[in-house]
Amino acid sequence: MSQLEYIIQQVINAVSLGSLYALVAVGLSIVFGVLKLTNFAHGDVMMVGAFTTVLLIAAGMPFIPAMICGIAASAIAGFLIERIAYRPIRNAPDVTRLLTSLAVTYILENLGILLFTSSPRNFPLPDILNSSWQLSGGAITFTNINVLTVALTFVSLIGLGWFITRTTIGLGMRAAAEDMQAAQLVGLDVNKVIIVAFVVASAYAGLAGVLWAAQAGVVQPQMGFTPLLKAFVAAIIGGFGSISGALLGGYMLGALEIFIVAFLPDTVVPYRDAIVFALLIAFLLFRPGGLLQPNREIKL
Amino acid sequence: MRIPLAIAAAIVLAAIVAFGAPHVVGDYFVRVLLLIALNSILVLSLSLSNGFTGVFSLGHVGFIGAGAYAAGILSLTVQQKKALLPHLPDLLNWFSLPFLPATLAAGLFAAILAVIVGYPLMRLSGYFVSVATMGFLIIVNVVLINASDFTRGARTFTGVPLATTLPWVIGWLAVTLLVLSRLVYSPFGRRMKAVRDDTIAASAVGISVLRARLLAFVIGAFFAGVGGSLYAHYLGSFSPNTFYFAMTMNLIAMLVLGGMGSLSGAIIGVVCVSILSELLRGFERGFTIGDFTVPALFGASQIVLGFLFILIMIFRPKGIMGDRELTFGLSRRSANHNHKEGKDR
Repeated sequence: MSQLEYIIQQVINAVSLGSLYALVAVGLSIVFGVLKLTNFAHGDVMMVGAFTTVLLIAAGMPFIPAMICGIAASAIAGFLIERIAYRPIRNAPDVTRLLTSLAVTYILENLGILLFTSSPRNFPLPDILNSSWQLSGGAITFTNINVLTVALTFVSLIGLGWFITRTTIGLGMRAAAEDMQAAQLVGLDVNKVIIVAFVVASAYAGLAGVLWAAQAGVVQPQMGFTPLLKAFVAAIIGGFGSISGALLGGYMLGALEIFIVAFLPDTVVPYRDAIVFALLIAFLLFRPGGLLQPNREIKL
Repeated sequence: MRIPLAIAAAIVLAAIVAFGAPHVVGDYFVRVLLLIALNSILVLSLSLSNGFTGVFSLGHVGFIGAGAYAAGILSLTVQQKKALLPHLPDLLNWFSLPFLPATLAAGLFAAILAVIVGYPLMRLSGYFVSVATMGFLIIVNVVLINASDFTRGARTFTGVPLATTLPWVIGWLAVTLLVLSRLVYSPFGRRMKAVRDDTIAASAVGISVLRARLLAFVIGAFFAGVGGSLYAHYLGSFSPNTFYFAMTMNLIAMLVLGGMGSLSGAIIGVVCVSILSELLRGFERGFTIGDFTVPALFGASQIVLGFLFILIMIFRPKGIMGDRELTFGLSRRSANHNHKEGKDR
């Protein structure tokens, strides 16, 4: 295997992983942008989507409709979480809201354990998605699910871009993210905007959850936890609350992780997550606004 | 130094419970009592930064884990070290510390770690500091899993002598409570609360925000390390994931339920959550009423706790106690005591 082929293979891996991180981070950033809420429950909304998809496939539904139902289930879960848990504490201090989202996480995860036990289940991926492409004599390989992940990320993000720049409610979301009070003063229906933001973000979580589980090959109640933490890092690197920032952060994080695994010595590789979270802390300290909002002030 | 009557009475009462309980009630209740006292130490140490200083750390369990492993390594016997940790550096493998020095060393280790971590991080506020300290917890977890020369990695760390008895835990709880109550209700404690209530106003009147936060963080970490050592010597064997998000969530639930600005509230929170979990755990295993059998529902108790938590956040965000204290007449005496000392200086 030549050096070049090795590098191309790693670029493919980085784009595939980065797409997943970007999808999760975009959802987190939408919620944070509008509500200034660090939504820990986002990972569990992913889990809802993934489990729904798996159960429907097991019941005989083809992959694509099952995935769409999974995304819908996540969107409904997000809607319910906002109505039941987050709306009553919308104006409470940061910490109260953060704690509430932790409690929602705790409930959903344990509900998952109660219903499905904590042992992992296989993700029944159709053969066509599992088949792999072999280029230059097997030195470069990737599967159709990798292709699907990258394609869906691009398509869904183009859709999101259209939504937030061309529709009234999307523009309202951006206005609310900019300045909630001013948006309210000019007659924006805040409840509607927040609900839409939550549903959109949760649908993204659902899509990310299905793709994540499909790539991992398994689903389990705690599956949302790792992607959530990674997406926090991605969103903060890019600029928390900014959608393009989340996208940039997601791909950068994917590239960094693959770089550590592929090119650094074996003694360093197990510390990958420690390096990633040290980077998170460094960003919070020195550039809390992330790459795209360098002038945001540090709040003492 | 003259010890006020009420404090003496409290010490005697604690001693009676600590030494007498095992003779009066069964093993199960002794274990529940021990866990309540142990968790009280952990939640009190958490309340210093999260409750009184307004720095909501999600990384506290990182210090508990660091303390547990530090104490565990120090108190293994030399033969056990050779068998279980063959690659331990020479500096550590030729001796074995008794329980008390190992616990103190664990506290100091956690405190030093807190100085290193807190010096940069205590500049952050709000969700920034929560997310950053969560990053610290994850880093600790990754290091514990991978530094297998010291920790046996993801495998169970075992062989720690089961030295944690009820008198030890109650003794440490008394020390924690004494130190924290002196600290929180001192001029320094008022600085901490000023930083929490209005950071900008506090710094405008000349309070060093960083110093107040850092000191609270470091002292909290010391007692977290001590609690970690007690936990290690209670469990005997544990793994890196013992000290991770589940424990974090549990301690935060106790703190928030009891009230974040109150020492007695912290203990009340621990007692309530512990009793509730014990009751729910019995319920969770499944039971039979007449012909009707309720199957085992694992995870149900956490779901109930989670809903309770959300209800508290919505309807009583300051917890059971809020800022109030339950003092049993102890406070005025100790307040006078402080006042006198202040004049002497």
